[in-house]
Amino acid sequence: MATAQSRRLARWMSMPAIIVLLLWMVVPLAMTLYFSFRRYNLNYPDRQGWAGWNNYYYFLTDPAFAAAFQNTLVLVIGVLIITVVGGILLALLLDQPFWGQGIVRVLVIAPFFVMPTVSALVWKNMFMNPVNGLFAHAAQAVGLQPIDFLGHHPLSSIVGIVAWAWLPFATLILLTALQSLDREQIEASEMDGAGFGARFFYIILPHMTRSITVVILIQTIFLLGIYAEILVTTNGGPGTQSMNLPYLIAVTTTQQDVGGAAAGGVIAIILANIVAIFLMRMIGKNLES
Amino acid sequence: MGQITLQQVTKAFGDVEVIPPLDLTVDDGEFVVFVGPSGCGKSTLLRLIAGLEDITSGKILIDGKDASHTPPAKRGLAMVFQSYALYPHMSVRKNIAFPLKMAGLSKAEQDAKVDAAAKVLNLGSYIDRKPGQLSGGQRQRVAIGRAIVREPSAFLFDEPLSNLDAALRVNMRLEISELHNQLGTTMIYVTHDQVEAMTMADKIVVLQAGRIEQVGTPLDLYRRPDNIFVAGFIGSPKMNFITGEAAAREGAHTIGIRPEHLTPSPDGGMMQGRVSVAEHLGSDTFMYVETDQHGTLTVRAGGEVAFRHGDRIGLTPMVEHLHRFDESGQAIR
Repeated sequence: MATAQSRRLARWMSMPAIIVLLLWMVVPLAMTLYFSFRRYNLNYPDRQGWAGWNNYYYFLTDPAFAAAFQNTLVLVIGVLIITVVGGILLALLLDQPFWGQGIVRVLVIAPFFVMPTVSALVWKNMFMNPVNGLFAHAAQAVGLQPIDFLGHHPLSSIVGIVAWAWLPFATLILLTALQSLDREQIEASEMDGAGFGARFFYIILPHMTRSITVVILIQTIFLLGIYAEILVTTNGGPGTQSMNLPYLIAVTTTQQDVGGAAAGGVIAIILANIVAIFLMRMIGKNLES
Repeated sequence: MGQITLQQVTKAFGDVEVIPPLDLTVDDGEFVVFVGPSGCGKSTLLRLIAGLEDITSGKILIDGKDASHTPPAKRGLAMVFQSYALYPHMSVRKNIAFPLKMAGLSKAEQDAKVDAAAKVLNLGSYIDRKPGQLSGGQRQRVAIGRAIVREPSAFLFDEPLSNLDAALRVNMRLEISELHNQLGTTMIYVTHDQVEAMTMADKIVVLQAGRIEQVGTPLDLYRRPDNIFVAGFIGSPKMNFITGEAAAREGAHTIGIRPEHLTPSPDGGMMQGRVSVAEHLGSDTFMYVETDQHGTLTVRAGGEVAFRHGDRIGLTPMVEHLHRFDESGQAIR
């Protein structure tokens, strides 16, 4: 359809946006790379000059790094498992006709609109607090010892809080996928003798794979950068038990070590890309039609 | 075996009764076509037989056994859907094998049956492709393949040809008829296209608003329609209806005459008129004649007649083919 002329015109017209986006990405990246090789600590303004690989060396050998790396993966994978499995189940439930469907669907999406800091605070103070929290009251009511969630199981608690916030997103996308499934396919499988289980695994789940892929990819991008929930609940502690990479980088920054934080940022970028390549290899083919 | 009997079957959605009490028997090996305008309940009726909808009251007997509340898979029927309803993520082979897999057959048995079905339907060249890579006609064949491997006691077709282009439709029509001759299995076929009904059916069931207007062989319905609705629905182009004085002279409220039973002549004739449109199809000529007395009548004449737009024309009905109807639309015989 497009002639050579219209193609050339299109290329010219999209150029400004591409250039802006490129600068937007390349300039901060270049600056981060530059700082990561500099000695640059605001506490010691007199120490300057090139640092070689020292910033990287110190960041990678920091005992907190290994913990942070592991916690980041646990956080991402834990939340993904809960939201995808829970999302599928909720979507199946919400797809059934029942009274008050519209209101329930709005309610289900509600957690997604709560700011991460607010939801984390509400969870921390109203639910998980070992003295005043609802969970503590519930435990006491049945004669159990209240659990200090954030003190003893900080990472699982944060996984729970984040999963709560992202479950609506997964549910919503998977519900639309479910609703786009052709009724006649379900009926055909019914005629073919497929029970509920077989229908789910052979017809419904394959139909949803593309949406599940989208949910996993989008969530991974955001979950790699979880920060606010950790800041307001545990501050990465106790020790490094709930420290993830973004939080470790932030801590480095608050120690005024700009060079070290930049090195951490570059490492995080590399790790994120490894995760991305891994994910695309594993499930990217689902996106091809 | 595949005898299906409906006894006083009704279906209501909420307060709306779409199928008032209905009786029907489909004999073993018969090709029965449900035909009617859209919204007449023919698809609902098929889905009731399939078990995809629950009947509100009455009984469905399959081979003499009450199947009114048997789940669809247990009724031993297979259905071909309008949208084909193939499973898009499975290859043609897996699609066809799916009902066998659900029935718990071994891999070897599945393969043998799929290969046999593929041979009957000539699916060989695309057996490993996905449905998305197939044309409409090929998908239709796969859907039929998925139905025949189950060796059902009856096939149910829900407007299977309506998504195909005209040429392919004629082909598939033939193939389905041939399949019926080959398998000898009961087939129930739903369509709104009376040509499909006339060409394929052993027995046509004409439905309107959930009621059966008439049941009979195609030629039966054509020659002796029970009422105005059947008379107008069966046959193409449609039957001409004349009311008023001319009908009263024949002792009827309405008289009907098919386009092919009007003989045109350059002059004379029982009625006179002017040709408004003449469609020359080669084998036939359809003329729409504005008569002086009875409004516009459709005439079907041989391909060689030379009348054109604006010509004066005389028409003479063949009296032995006149249909007479009373005020309620029932045929007077």
